[in-house]
Amino acid sequence: MARYRSIRDLDWPLLIITLVICGMGILQIYSAAHETVWGNAWWKQALWVAAGVGIMWIVAKIDYHTLLSRAYVFYGLSLAGLLLVLFIGKQAFGSRRWISVAGFPLQISEFVKTVIILLVARYLTDLKSDRVEGRDLLKLGGLVAVPMLLVVKQPDLGTALCYIPILAIGVFLAGLRWQYLVTIAVILTLVLPAGWRFGLKDYQKVRLVTFLDPGLDPRGSGYQVIQSKIAVGAGGMWGQGVTRGTQTKYRFLPVPHTDFIFSSFAEEHGFVGVVVMLGLYFVLLMQIVQNAQMSPDRAGMYICMGVCALLLFHILVNIGMVAGRMPVTGIPLPLMSYGGSNVLSVFLMLGLVNSVRLQRFVS
Amino acid sequence: MSVTDPESHEARLPSKPPLRDDTKFATAKIAFCQYLSIGIFLFLIAGFWDLQVRNPEVYSEQAERNMIRSLPIPAPRGKILDRDGRVIVDNHSSYSLILSRENLKAEHIEPIARGLGIDYRRLEARLDRFRGRPRYEPIIIKDELTPAELAFVAAHRDPETFPEMELIRAQRRLYPQEGLAAHVIGYVGEISEAELDAPEFIKYDQGDIVGKAGIEREYNDTLMGKDGQRQVVVDNRGNEHEVLAIKDAVPGKSLQLTLDLDLQVVAELAMEGKNGAVVALDPRNGEVLAMVSNPTYDPNKFAGRIRSEDWKEIANNPDNPMLDRAIQAQFAPGSTFKPIMALAGLEKGVIDDNFKIHCPGGATFYGRYFKCWVKQGHGVVDLHKGIVHSCDVFFYNVGNRLGIDNIAEYADMAGFGHKTGIDLPSEATGVVPSSAWKMKLFRQKWYAGETISVSIGQGALTVTPLQLASAIGGLGMGGVWYKPHLVKSDKPERRMGKIDPANAQKVIYGMWGVVNEGGGTGGRARLPGVSVCGKTGSAQRLSNEAVKSGHKLKDNAWFVAFAPCEAPEIAVSVLWESGEHGMLAAPVARDVLKAYFDKKAREAKAQAIAGENRAMPPLVPVPSPEPQGEEQPESPEQQE
Repeated sequence: MARYRSIRDLDWPLLIITLVICGMGILQIYSAAHETVWGNAWWKQALWVAAGVGIMWIVAKIDYHTLLSRAYVFYGLSLAGLLLVLFIGKQAFGSRRWISVAGFPLQISEFVKTVIILLVARYLTDLKSDRVEGRDLLKLGGLVAVPMLLVVKQPDLGTALCYIPILAIGVFLAGLRWQYLVTIAVILTLVLPAGWRFGLKDYQKVRLVTFLDPGLDPRGSGYQVIQSKIAVGAGGMWGQGVTRGTQTKYRFLPVPHTDFIFSSFAEEHGFVGVVVMLGLYFVLLMQIVQNAQMSPDRAGMYICMGVCALLLFHILVNIGMVAGRMPVTGIPLPLMSYGGSNVLSVFLMLGLVNSVRLQRFVS
Repeated sequence: MSVTDPESHEARLPSKPPLRDDTKFATAKIAFCQYLSIGIFLFLIAGFWDLQVRNPEVYSEQAERNMIRSLPIPAPRGKILDRDGRVIVDNHSSYSLILSRENLKAEHIEPIARGLGIDYRRLEARLDRFRGRPRYEPIIIKDELTPAELAFVAAHRDPETFPEMELIRAQRRLYPQEGLAAHVIGYVGEISEAELDAPEFIKYDQGDIVGKAGIEREYNDTLMGKDGQRQVVVDNRGNEHEVLAIKDAVPGKSLQLTLDLDLQVVAELAMEGKNGAVVALDPRNGEVLAMVSNPTYDPNKFAGRIRSEDWKEIANNPDNPMLDRAIQAQFAPGSTFKPIMALAGLEKGVIDDNFKIHCPGGATFYGRYFKCWVKQGHGVVDLHKGIVHSCDVFFYNVGNRLGIDNIAEYADMAGFGHKTGIDLPSEATGVVPSSAWKMKLFRQKWYAGETISVSIGQGALTVTPLQLASAIGGLGMGGVWYKPHLVKSDKPERRMGKIDPANAQKVIYGMWGVVNEGGGTGGRARLPGVSVCGKTGSAQRLSNEAVKSGHKLKDNAWFVAFAPCEAPEIAVSVLWESGEHGMLAAPVARDVLKAYFDKKAREAKAQAIAGENRAMPPLVPVPSPEPQGEEQPESPEQQE
């Protein structure tokens, strides 16, 4: 079958937009961190992007049905990996998220996202029905909940939350009765206070509270929100120019090359830059949605929409946080934030999207 | 689309892909997702529109304030020098810790206080006091950090722990050890709430270090410089990246006192272990040469912003070391008042050279028996013998003849009963009783019997050691009283008494006799080669508490002296609380006088040597003879 697939058939607009966003990200990492200990982060990121493009190409060439057929194997491996992280993971910033693979610290929970996408697509396809029954919903929910809980345990609430939109979009597309929606809403309202009481760590509670009122804690968690808003506001319409952002340069902005990279970008490129960047992301998402629409089967659609929902969630939470409209959750901005695992994971997903696209050309 | 559709497909096409034809089933839902995406992106863009376009100035100003910080450059206070230019009070450079209140977290105050050994409640109170000041103004919370404290600050300044801490270099006051001249010099401290409201501190702000006592307070405006400011760009760790603007600090001016450290040291040594005071001044111009008050305190202990526990200890000491006895102790002068009495008697004509009384050891006036201090009496006593032997009966008679208001007139002329006007804060006035004074204070007539006690320097009469030194010095000058002062002035103020020089001479001769004649009470002040005039005084202390408890306080010992008798250059008064007898205070005065005349002799000798050297032509021509010529007269002084 391989001969039917060629480089020509790849989703080139998708790839170009992706690379433009990555390029802006690398520039921003340089601008934000070139005077710090992260001075060489920008070219490391460039290497990760290059590796990501390679992975994307490899994944694109694999028939996604092959991957779907092994979804449960991947799932099992994921759980094993996450358990491994909990026991032998590298600890940093108060949580265990990384394990060393061939010298590179890899964040397993990032790659589990892809597995969840495959799992949801496989499960919903296997239903062979236009309606998700309560029993199936509970089963699938349970399957997603197990890795989620393992990630929450690290603790990494932000990444754990990322698994929810994948499940949600899948169930939504597969067809859900409104009665279920109501039931879920009721259960959530009952469970959330308990989760607040028992499930969240203190710093997570503080983050949520300071999201609602950053003034409460101007030097701690609220500090990040306030400094980010100051940086964004200081950018104004046209921005202060590359490497000229004072909030970034004088390090008032927390982690300006990872989670708060968009804040640094907004300071240096202004509202105009923000609109252009958000436009690129929007086109990227729409390109993925188009691939979903043109997917050869339901499974391909579930995969593409899963990727789309996940990226949209990331963008909403990360950029919303930068603009002070979302709580600080510590999830990266896809394609821009510095971090190998995230870059590879996103390219892996884009590889899946391309795999779905290339299957169209298989007769 | 029917529910059975996919199944029928499956049935017809069992091979892969199973649901190929039915991807359109979710078109509407995907469209919904697209609209949701549009909504989310608009929501995000609206957020940026709010921050960047609608009101960007709110945040861009904050960004500027974020990185620009104003740090104070404390101005060093002027030095205080003695009359020969020797440094009495200096500054030393140290680190001070400031708290930036813009990002101060309440829960950080306690661990910071603990880390630096500051009392938490005091620090809280201090922060409270600054509530009214703009928040961007940092507050200094501790001066003179020790290396351990500096290490604490360095280790905890990062943004995760206590980013509100900031270090600045500051100049701190360094006072002489062991409280030398502590009362004259005073000390500095942070301006208090009460002082902020006082008119003399009107131009100072919360947090300023101002003089609290002594010269430091009196000449605060001169000594205090003007703080500068540095605007620096800092990052979130407080590291400075560049300096935007500097307003240099204007250092305070140095102040030269009339105090002579040599005499001061001698006087302090002589007073060791005695509570009391010594004042030495130059009666020719009023320059104060030495001023001692014992017990003393170490001003270094409260030069800080937050006073240490030592302060309480000093403030609660029953001996009251904070009291400047030289200008604030008000005691009956006892017999040291007799020269003034003698002068008044001669001037008013109630006694003359031929006036003699018989002293049987006491006398009765207005129905009350008044004892002389010598039980067996002095026999026949004239003016000279009266002064030399300090015969009380003689002066009872003089006082009785003068009447209280004449006594008051001359006491007032000598400078008693009002401030001398020395350039020190909080000088006491003392009391000179008179009929008008009693009427005003007690609404009672003066009884002639009360005059008798005043005649020997008892009763309601009280003076300060400074007043006494000034009064006796002026008397030695033949009736010219210069205003005592500590900072040199070209035209010292003076008061000319209308006194017959011949009368003054008689009293001075009497005072010469006190020291130099056999049987004089002040023999212990005798100094070979110098004619010393003096007068002892042993004054009863009246205290309500003592009367109640029936416990009799020991007499205060006084001694006043000036020398040389014929042309006084120095006048000394000594107060030794509970010293019992004036003659025991005389050696203190003698030590001070000796130090003064020894130094004078040394200087004269040095000058003579320097003069000889200058007169001698150099044997070998040197390229620059001038510096050598200037150095030489200095070298003997340095050896002192």
